[in-house]
Amino acid sequence: MSALRPAGGTAPVRPGVVGTSMRRVDALEKVTGAARFTGDMVVPGMLHGRVLRSPLPHARIARLEVTAAERMPGVRAVLTGADLLGAGFAGTDPYYGHAIKDRPIVAIDRVRFAGEPVAAVAADDPAAADEALLAIRVEYEELPAVTTVQAAMAAGAPPLHEGPLRPGLFHGLGELRREEGNVCYHYRFTRGDLDRVFTEADVVVEGEYTFPAVYQYAMEPHTVIAQWGADGLTVWACCQHPYLVRAELADVFRLPLPAVRIIVPYIGGGFGSKSYTKMEPITAALARKAGRPVLIANRIDEAMVTTRRHNMTATMRTAATRDGRVVARQCRIWLDTGAYADNGPRVAATAGDAAPGPYRWRAVNVDAWAVYTNTPPAGSYRAFGATHMQWIGEAQIDALARKVGLDPLEFRQRNLLRPGEEVRPGGQPLDADLVGDVTKVAAAIGWGGPKPPLVGRGVSVGLLAAGAHPVSTAAIRLQADGTAVLLVGTSELGQGARTVFTQIVAEELALPPDRIRVMGADTQFTPYDRSTGASRSTTLAGGAVQHAAVNLREQLLDIAASVWGLPRASLAVRDGAVWHETERLSYPDLLKRHFGMIGGELIGRGEVRPQHGTGSYAEGPVFWEVCVGGAEVELDPQTGQIRVRRLASVADVGKAINPQLVEAQEEGACLQGLGNALFEEMLFEDGHLINGSLLEYRVPTTADLPDEFRSILVENADGPGPYGAKGVGEGALAAVPAAIVNALADLGIDMRQLPLTPERVWRRARELGLAREVVS
Amino acid sequence: MDGRAPSMRMALTVNGGPVEAVIEPRELLLDFLRDRLGLTGAKRSCDVQVCGACTVLLDGQAVSACCTLAYEARGREVTTIEGLAADGHLHPLQEAFIEHAAVQCGFCTPGMILTAATLLHDVPAPTAEQAKDYLKGTLCRCTGYWKIIEAVVDAGRRTRETRE
Repeated sequence: MSALRPAGGTAPVRPGVVGTSMRRVDALEKVTGAARFTGDMVVPGMLHGRVLRSPLPHARIARLEVTAAERMPGVRAVLTGADLLGAGFAGTDPYYGHAIKDRPIVAIDRVRFAGEPVAAVAADDPAAADEALLAIRVEYEELPAVTTVQAAMAAGAPPLHEGPLRPGLFHGLGELRREEGNVCYHYRFTRGDLDRVFTEADVVVEGEYTFPAVYQYAMEPHTVIAQWGADGLTVWACCQHPYLVRAELADVFRLPLPAVRIIVPYIGGGFGSKSYTKMEPITAALARKAGRPVLIANRIDEAMVTTRRHNMTATMRTAATRDGRVVARQCRIWLDTGAYADNGPRVAATAGDAAPGPYRWRAVNVDAWAVYTNTPPAGSYRAFGATHMQWIGEAQIDALARKVGLDPLEFRQRNLLRPGEEVRPGGQPLDADLVGDVTKVAAAIGWGGPKPPLVGRGVSVGLLAAGAHPVSTAAIRLQADGTAVLLVGTSELGQGARTVFTQIVAEELALPPDRIRVMGADTQFTPYDRSTGASRSTTLAGGAVQHAAVNLREQLLDIAASVWGLPRASLAVRDGAVWHETERLSYPDLLKRHFGMIGGELIGRGEVRPQHGTGSYAEGPVFWEVCVGGAEVELDPQTGQIRVRRLASVADVGKAINPQLVEAQEEGACLQGLGNALFEEMLFEDGHLINGSLLEYRVPTTADLPDEFRSILVENADGPGPYGAKGVGEGALAAVPAAIVNALADLGIDMRQLPLTPERVWRRARELGLAREVVS
Repeated sequence: MDGRAPSMRMALTVNGGPVEAVIEPRELLLDFLRDRLGLTGAKRSCDVQVCGACTVLLDGQAVSACCTLAYEARGREVTTIEGLAADGHLHPLQEAFIEHAAVQCGFCTPGMILTAATLLHDVPAPTAEQAKDYLKGTLCRCTGYWKIIEAVVDAGRRTRETRE
């Protein structure tokens, strides 16, 4: 993917901006309360929308009576499924879904999960809307519900969706087949003669594993404002994928793309929960019915049933030779995708890709199924697929190391793929030094050093297919006063994209950062960026930004060359000017010469697209994101409580354009990993979420900080992005639970279920007959 | 009566200036600040006094505005993040949060800074352990907290140096 870098051009004069920890360009707004998020916006005439949600996991809606609610004071509109089929929405497709169009904008005749929108009210204020919800009468005829994968896969299980599945605009996973029963998607790959290699192997480990549903907890819950006008639909939303949301809304409402405008203010965290389309269609439909702008802001309990991480069961077996070579792995994965596909197919494919781990296999076989159940839909959460699989695969690597009598670190050093080796047939070869990475992380947690009693250490290594689709574009407008405005459709959700892009432009145009402004995503004005997620922004959108800046620099050099009548090669940019030896022409001077007046602007444009292959998922990924972590834990044998003494991860970033921001994002991923490992779990009873508030769903606090916490930056300039950069920020979330599981296994306790609650750890220790030994 | 609750009148001080308002008895301080006064720095997240994103100072004490009635602020002094910078100068915590990259998405930042401000008031130069202990009721999902702790400790150190 080296072709992603700009070709040719004069080597930029470096003002020292790339590679330095410049302060965030949005920090001042954010520490003073001036930063505007979607929920801080007020659109004139705006109504407040509230959503009535199903109390049952599966039911037919026998009767839905909204007249009383419609007549209440302050109520302007009530939206139900009947509206979507009526004259007011003629031509509208009432179903959406980027992978599979299986989801009604609001329930039509039937609800498939507890929490599904059944009606929506728009009123003058939130209290009036809430009161109107109470006046809506719904009669449900309860249907048999399948609330676990096991129940959904059982013979004779009631189907959640009948008929053929309709592909969404972005299913991108080859031909969509109708699978058996409640299977939403099946991903499979196989190579080598599995049976023979397993038979010939000396040692085999196997197990069955359980992984919980997890809530992303972006602190800002999903918030959307929709407004219809003569020129179409305008939506302000905290969405990670504004261009995909635009395409889906245009598809649903049968509008041309420019008639749908998505504006993305600052986003209060995403972590995948705001990827693809979420609350935008229902807000837009309600606004259309009300004939007024409408705001819908999810509460936390609503956000939790809007999207979540897939819970999963999996079986895995792995084989090795007695001299310490891994040879074969088989894995079967069942992911609970809930009532609607959301991103389930992609999660299944990514989990399948992550299952083998970065090792050299003679035979490998993976099956991953995403299965519909009557539970809230599951979709993307940071490092999906990899987080699901790494703790399992890496636990088996440790178990094999112990069986053949090798140190787990040395076992990995022998077996890990080397740079340039094939990870997946036909795809991107390994573009990272994993042996170097795991060796660094092991050193950071004191590997091989003396261990106090009840202290265990573990490391883990994995890869995550990153980058999503390599399509991003950007434009830079150089103004008559020499300031630059960067237009790029990336969402700023805390990762620091605007800061990093500023640094790239500053570097390439030799401009001070304070002369560069980065606009937020607005699909009417900012050029297309495929999405903000999959660790892609610096690498891909950043690549487009770099191309645009180089393109603009070339234009400036051309103008200067013609003014001076000199060859372009004899010129260079420095300090906001083009130089020939000691002569200079500032950018404002160049624009004035070019346009013959004070005014006009130069526009640099850049794009990134798949230069080779078909760009299909099968040929990806853009790069392999490294997931390497280490943990040292201490066990309280009386309670099963684990204290993380040391936690370390490697941010194998290629080139850190802003080292402090890389570190910051990596630390955040580590702590989410710690939460996922130790206590985060959405609990369902018969399809009902029973811990749907932050009183009962616990996320990490400062009290959970490890005693020692390190993120190690590795810069081998081996990424496909600007200056050799590649994405980070997800990998540590996959690596940390695996490292903690292995640290516990170092104490003899092999856990097969996450999270590692004290009770589970204590019970497993008892099952293994270790409790007494540990206690003594 | 249209089912609306009766209104009440109150006077209070917000960010140093007098405010008079007519409010509903059930109105939350968070909605009052955000919707009536346009002070949107305080954020709504958990609604149950767990996350701290809505934190404001009431007579110098950190409170969750999502679980405080607006009427409880009558005759009292409210400070929001918008009012923390004084005389055109950022508070040392605001400086330190910028410098240490303790800000990511920024949604928790106003509440986090105001909570930390009450810590610095009580303990002018806290240790990392003191900061960790004090901030455990304020959530951040982006940073992993470490850079926040560093920023708070650094702001405390700088404040003390300025005083000395």
